[in-house]
Parts: sequence; structure tokens; C-alpha cells
Amino acid sequence: MDNTLDLAAIQAALESSAARVEALIDSYVDKKEQLISLLQDIQAEFNYLPQETLVKVSRKLDIPLSQVFSVATFFQSFSLKPRGRHTITVCLGTACHVKGGQRLVDKMARDYKVKPGDTTRDERFTLETANCLGCCALGPVVVIDGKYEGQVTPSKLDKILKNYE
Amino acid sequence: MVEQVRKLLDRKLKNVQELEQFRQTILKDKDASRMTVSVCGGTGCRASGAEDVVDAFSEEIEKQELQVKIEFKETGCHGFCERGPVVVIGPKKIFYQHVKPEDVPEIISETILNGRVIPRLLYNDPATGKEITYESDVPFYARQTRLILGSNGEIDPEEISQYIAAGGYSALTKALTKMNPDKIINEITKSGLRGRGGGGFPTGRKWQSCRTAEGDIKYVICNADEGDPGAYPDRSILEGNPHSVIEGMIIGAYAIGAHQGFIYVRNEYPLAVERTRIAIDQAVDYGLLGENILGSGFDFRITINKGGGAFVCGESSALIASLEGKVGEPKAKYTHMSEKGLWDKPSLLNNVKTWANVPLIINKGADWYSKIGTAGSKGTMIFSLVGKINNSGLVEVPMGITLREMIYDIGGGIPGGKKFKAVQTGGPSGGCIPEQLLDTPVDFDELTKLGSMMGSGGMIIMDEDTCMVDVARYFIDFLKGESCGKCTPCREGLTTLSEILNRITHGEGKMEDLQTMEDIGEILNIGALCALGRTATNPVLSTLKYFKDEYIAHIKDKKCPAGVCRELIEYEINTDKCTGCGVCARACSTSAITGEKREPHVINKGLCIKCGACFDVCKFDAVVKH
Repeated sequence: MDNTLDLAAIQAALESSAARVEALIDSYVDKKEQLISLLQDIQAEFNYLPQETLVKVSRKLDIPLSQVFSVATFFQSFSLKPRGRHTITVCLGTACHVKGGQRLVDKMARDYKVKPGDTTRDERFTLETANCLGCCALGPVVVIDGKYEGQVTPSKLDKILKNYE
Repeated sequence: MVEQVRKLLDRKLKNVQELEQFRQTILKDKDASRMTVSVCGGTGCRASGAEDVVDAFSEEIEKQELQVKIEFKETGCHGFCERGPVVVIGPKKIFYQHVKPEDVPEIISETILNGRVIPRLLYNDPATGKEITYESDVPFYARQTRLILGSNGEIDPEEISQYIAAGGYSALTKALTKMNPDKIINEITKSGLRGRGGGGFPTGRKWQSCRTAEGDIKYVICNADEGDPGAYPDRSILEGNPHSVIEGMIIGAYAIGAHQGFIYVRNEYPLAVERTRIAIDQAVDYGLLGENILGSGFDFRITINKGGGAFVCGESSALIASLEGKVGEPKAKYTHMSEKGLWDKPSLLNNVKTWANVPLIINKGADWYSKIGTAGSKGTMIFSLVGKINNSGLVEVPMGITLREMIYDIGGGIPGGKKFKAVQTGGPSGGCIPEQLLDTPVDFDELTKLGSMMGSGGMIIMDEDTCMVDVARYFIDFLKGESCGKCTPCREGLTTLSEILNRITHGEGKMEDLQTMEDIGEILNIGALCALGRTATNPVLSTLKYFKDEYIAHIKDKKCPAGVCRELIEYEINTDKCTGCGVCARACSTSAITGEKREPHVINKGLCIKCGACFDVCKFDAVVKH
């Protein structure tokens, strides 16, 4: 197997990503009020909100950086830190809570050494919690990279996570 | 390619006659002898594997060339999420539950081609032990009145023609041709419809004040920021029948004179966002949104805005701030939103469920609608009946049904022979209602009298294994995290309450804490800026009122009667029951469990972190908690 890094390809990927974000920000120039949507789109591209993009958003849309920053930190769905390869969202809505959702978070802290909002050291998982994912009849619910899993127990969680490297 | 062809064929309906013609054409082409197969494609059933079932049906139908014989569709949420994936075979509506992809060939060969029912896939009524064949006979559905949710199982939400075939957009036709704005508002007022998002404000009055408010530019907004944990009716409506909400919004906009609408929907609901987006695009293609709707001269557009995951944004002024691209902080309401809302323009904000009621009222009339429900609360309400309950899912019932009917007749009671303890309604602004009040009729005013509220429709059932102090702590911690921090009573009050409740659940509470919590509750009630802050202490106050003995047990006896609060419980192995299988020892992450093979094991309490892993895995009930 070829182990050398294809620097040109990486450079190209980075540039195309930057170009896409540039185009994205441009498409919002006269839609200042849709700042939240723009940040969501940027996060979809990078998986988090890189600092330099927030500066770009502020300059191009003529919104004070302090305001961009306050929006980015106010809403739970934004992350200013890079995330792991897989995002685990544990639902902590009321129905999931009474059925033991918190024990899944405890398990992640115990066995995977990761707290809500943080990423495992090997960058495999980012753990998040949600107030309610609206699958209350199937609680406790966990979503991994957009895939919903219902009636999850701590031991079932182990089995599920084995599928994500 | 398909998209380009579609664009070339201009399907814009130019007037109401064309819409009616279109409807008749679809109905005429419909072959009544065709069997229908509808697979629930709501988020709940998808989580249980519905997408694989959908694929299996598509493949099998194609393989056997049954496209002519079977009308197959993936619909929105059928409501009985716990039994998913759910498949309903029409026209008689045979109800199959927990369907797996491998069941599909048999369903086609047996049920569809030979009319034979497959007993193993039927719902078994725990009350009688009998299998039930038809959807309408399943007790979960039999006691419901599914005015809003009924179409969810019938139509493919991604295909506007199915909504139109089911009578969709006929209320809009009626509003545009046979009614004027005053008449529409009058009808809504007369129907007695009240806002379904929480407080229950009379909808007609809201519309009227927005209509009379001064200004050329007005907005209508749909609040789909369903942040109450434990409630998901709004998600289901947007996933299953988005056009009903869009139709309601167009009628509302026409009534108040608005030309721009917004749907503010949670980012946590990707499927609802996607289906709403598709529905809006199709409505535009058909000339039901955009310029000169159905030749009426009325223009109206809808934009989707995704929320960022902040509970407070369900509050009207915070939602407006978020729509304006700002931090979602509420404002003091010196003026009503209907006069000064989004960008200081008159704005009409209603919840998803409220909007979905509008076409129904316009079509069937206020007199018909106001016959359903109680004196002060008309129509039906959709609840998510979840938690410790046998039949969990979405339930639509007429206002006035009792909590007992909801829990026992529809919900089928508490699983595992456990004892009912409380039902929590109204989300974090609501309260916990005990057994002795279960005969209370459910409506806006009765729930408020009990110290709870209707809220967004969450109904979480708790049994003897639920600790009420822990529930109060859960809600207060939730609200502490979600408090925007703008006003002091909410920010500081919730922080203090959280400290107290965490102390109590750790066995470090004092009796005077109970009075302090009541005092804080009173302060928030009079001093907080927004409704969410003013009601934030309801979970504490209602549990203190009805379950004070549990607080006292935590404080005085240092015991958690439900066995939930970790610091107050201990795990032990019952040596009579333990078979020495060793499963618990392998599950224990701190190696606290030891013992010889086939000999009773023991837990070293010094090493035990009380995670409960041993309790979960023991098949012999040998691990006990006290």
C-alpha cells in the first residue's frame, strides 16, 4: 500500500472546502437575518465552526464579530471545537430520562472517557446530549451520525458503537 | 433529468376550477380495487428499521410486477411508534406491527395476493390475550379521534397530489372564493380554537388583533420549535402532513393580509425539515404558494428557518429574535407581537398544531368544530403518551377525556405490573399529577388548576420506579442550562434550586430547603421576564405539593424510595438466587464483583460505583437495589 501523503490532493481538498464556504457566505450577503442558517451550513461543511470562518462571516455580512460569536455560543447545536469522526447524541428528554438515558451518558464517561460536548482522545467519538429528539416512544434514544437507535441500554450501546471506527 | 421535465410541464394551477379538475382527475384515475400498503416512515418507525421494510416492499413489488395491483406508499407517523415498523394493508386496514424486511415476501404472497392474515404480525391485546386484525379495533386507536393525525397514515407527504386527492387545499379554495378575511377570522373565533403551543390563547382573537394592527407589511409564523422534552406531535405533523400546516398558514396570511411566512423548525428534526421543504417546493410548483395564488391576486411565500437547539426559542419573543438572526433572548412584552413582532411588524405566530386545525375548521365550519371538546377548550389535542406505559405513541383525543382513560384505555396501563405514580404534562413548565387526580378531564383550564399545563402535548407516565425528587432535579437542571440568563430571577433562582435539589438527591438536604424552594418558586412566578421563567418552578412546586413524603424520605431517612438517586442506594447480591454464572462480574467495570464459578457472588461496596450494570444483566433477579 502507498503510505505517502498525497499533499497535492489534501491541499486541493482544503482549497475546495474553503472555496465552498466562501461561496456559501457570499450567498448570504444580503440575508443578514439568516445568520443562524449560515452557521448551520458552515458547520455541516466542517463539522464545527472554525474561528477564521466566523471572522469571514462577520466581515462579509457586516455583522459585529461579537454578535456572530454570541449566536455561535448561545445555541446548543454549534461547536467551536473540531469534532470526532462520529457524533453520538444521547437524548435526555423526559421520557428518555425516566427510562435511563442518563446512564448512557455515565457509561460514556466511564468507559470511553468522554463528557458531553467533548471528543474522545482518539477522535473517534464526539458525545453530545439533546433535550429531546422526539422519538419519545422508543426511549432511551441515541443517534449516531444521524442513525436513530431506540431502547438503548448501556450494554447495547457497546455493541452499537463497535460498528463505528 | 426528472426535475427538468417537471419544470417544462408547467403545472401551475391558475384558478380554483383547475384545482378542482386536478383533484377529480386524480380521483378518477384511482383504482378502488387496488390494495394499498402503507409503511410508516416517521422518525420513530425509521429508528426501528422502517427504511429497510420500505426497500423490501419496493423490490418485491417490482420483482413480482405487482405495481398495478398494489398502491404502495411510505407515509408519515401512524402514532403507534412503540410497535414500529408499522405496516397497514388497505382497504380494510389490516394492522401489522414490528414488521421486518424478511416478513415482506410473506405479506405479499399471503395477505395481499391470497387475503390471508398473518397472525404473528398482529397486535396482541394484553388485556384479552387476543390478536387484533384491523387497525380500528386496536384499543390504542379505537378510543382516539384522529382529526389532524388521521391523514398521516393515508398520504405520502412527499407527494402533493395525495394531499389534494384527500381533499387538501379545498379549505383554501373556500377561503379565497366564498369568504372574506373578516368572515374567516369570525369562523376561527366562533370555533373556540385556542393556541396549541402552551398557554392556550384564543386563536381568533390573536388573528383579529393582527388584522387590525397598523402596517402594510405583516408576517405569519409557524412555531415548530418543539422544545418540550417528551413531546413530538409537531414533528409528526410536519413529517406526515406538512401541507395541512402550509394550507393553514396561507389562510391565516390571507385573513390578516400578510405576504411572507416563516416556519421556525428545530434543527433536531431533520426529516420534518426535509419534508416541509419538499412540500413548500411542490406547493410553489402548483401555484398554491407564490404570486397570485389560484388566480386570487393574493401573493404569499413561506421560508423555513432552522432553530439552533435552544429551548427558550419556543417562547414567542425569543423565537422572533432568533428569526432576526440574533441570540434567542426574550423581550419584555410592552406591546403585543400582533402589533410589533418580527422586525417590529405585526406578526401572527401560531403553533404547528394550531395551523393544522385551520383547514379543518374552514372546511367543516365553526359549529361542527365547537361541538367537540369542553366548554372552554374546543377540538382535539394531540399528546405524546410516553414513559412507563404499555402503548406508547402519539394520541389524538377530544378535549375533556380523563387522564385515566388516556393512561389505561388508550395507553393500556403500566408495564410489568408496576404501580402508577404520576403523569407529567406541559414539559418543563408543567407539573406532575398524582393517582388521586386521574379522573380530571384534560383541557387547558383543568390542567392549569392542578398546577400543571397543557403545553405542547407531552404526557410522560411515571411508575413506582421513578423518583419524583429526581424528576424535579432533572427539569430544574434542564431549565438552568436553557435559561437565557437575561433576567436575574430565572438565572439565579434556577441555579439555587438546582444546588438545593442536587444536595437533596445526594442525601445532604435540610428540611428548611423545602420552604426555600417554595419561596424561590413564588419569586420566579412574579419576577421572571418571560412565561418560561415564570412557570419554571412548576415541576418543583407540583412535586412538593403531591409527593412531599419523597422529599422527606431523602432528607430525613437518607433514602430514595424509588431506588434512583445513586448516593442513597446500595446494590447487593441475593445469595439464594445467584447461580454464579458470572455475567455480572464481567459487566462490572470496576471489578467490584467477585466469586467462584457456580457459587454465589458478592459485591465489594467499597469498589462499587452503583452504575447498575450488574442489575441490568442479571437474568435471575439476584441483584437487588435498596
